[in-house]
Amino acid sequence: MKLHYYDGNERTVDIIDQEVPFPDGRLIVSRTDTAGVLTHFNQSFTDMSGYTEEELMGKNHYILRHPDMPAAAFKDLWDTVQKGEKWSGYVKNLRKDGLFYWVHAVVIPNVRSGEIVGYTSVRRKPSRNKINQCIPLYAEMLAEEGEQSCPTC
Amino acid sequence: MPYVLTVSPDFTPKHIAGWYIFNTWLQRQSDMGFHVELYNSFNKQREAIADNKIDLIYANPYDAAMLVREKGFKALAAPLAKADEAIIACNGEAKISAIEDLKPDLKIVTTDDPDVHLMGMMMLESADLDKDNTNIEEVDGYVLVAKKLLQQQADIGFFLKDAYHDLSRLIKDDLKILITSEIFVIRHILLAGPELQQHHQQLQSLLVNMHNDPKGASVLDSMGLKGWEKQTQEDTEFMIDLMDTL
Repeated sequence: MKLHYYDGNERTVDIIDQEVPFPDGRLIVSRTDTAGVLTHFNQSFTDMSGYTEEELMGKNHYILRHPDMPAAAFKDLWDTVQKGEKWSGYVKNLRKDGLFYWVHAVVIPNVRSGEIVGYTSVRRKPSRNKINQCIPLYAEMLAEEGEQSCPTC
Repeated sequence: MPYVLTVSPDFTPKHIAGWYIFNTWLQRQSDMGFHVELYNSFNKQREAIADNKIDLIYANPYDAAMLVREKGFKALAAPLAKADEAIIACNGEAKISAIEDLKPDLKIVTTDDPDVHLMGMMMLESADLDKDNTNIEEVDGYVLVAKKLLQQQADIGFFLKDAYHDLSRLIKDDLKILITSEIFVIRHILLAGPELQQHHQQLQSLLVNMHNDPKGASVLDSMGLKGWEKQTQEDTEFMIDLMDTL
């Protein structure tokens, strides 16, 4: 499948319909600059993504975007954090090997001296019930968007 | 007037003496006067902070946001290799083995330790449990948390990992760990208040070199610490941001 990103980049990935469970007790933590480029992340972030640290550093966070996620969810995320507010939601992420993992993500703006200098995203283990509620909702949103790629996030 | 040093009330009782020894060491090394003031609860300590009675504090990460952003404290150092982690445990006989086995209306026993409580509640989210569908009882310390579990007066209890492992073997043998956090980046920090800002560099230098000095290493041992590492303001801001997401 070919994925298209808002900045004109595109890549071809193999999508495998197999979930990797979120590790118990862990938090996946990452930080980006204001453009969404990864600047810091922890070991859990690397482990779950399937990429190496070198492959991730400096890349846009959309490298984890799964095509089953509607663009509207990410638009809502960006609109919220750019206003200086906290966003939370359930996200299906794409691993390097094409498998996926679900997270409960909370994203907050990093405000220093009154200015947003980046964003911190912390993901924890999601409830299965919440995931099961999101699956049809996201499928419906995706169908409304009428495409499988992400033109706006 | 000596500066006032206080310690987050969740320190382990066996290290109380260590903090007094640290105070003596710090006074000798810095040639400044410090007085130790300990509080039995987080609320009492927060009242003292609000009244500007504290100059140096080994702070729980939960309180760091208030200290830094509202009271003008700045980070000096963080303990080496000592993250705050939480354990959720139950009675050893309980017919549960994972968080997902837990059901609404269960009884949780916890302490006033704010970061442990936060981490404990966060780890329950995957079972769709929160403060609205559970019964939470707060007790005065981790021994009492264990006691409630052993007496089957609660279904699960929240522990600071270090405190759990400080319980006697006899107690731990009758408890069962359901989950242990592996967050790594949440930890206590030593913060200096506005009155100490002019001495910031001097204090930071003393602390980060403390483990290199035989006397300093001995003091650290009595506090249950391996040493201090420099904590930048950005390190602290990042931890505050992270706590804000929990």
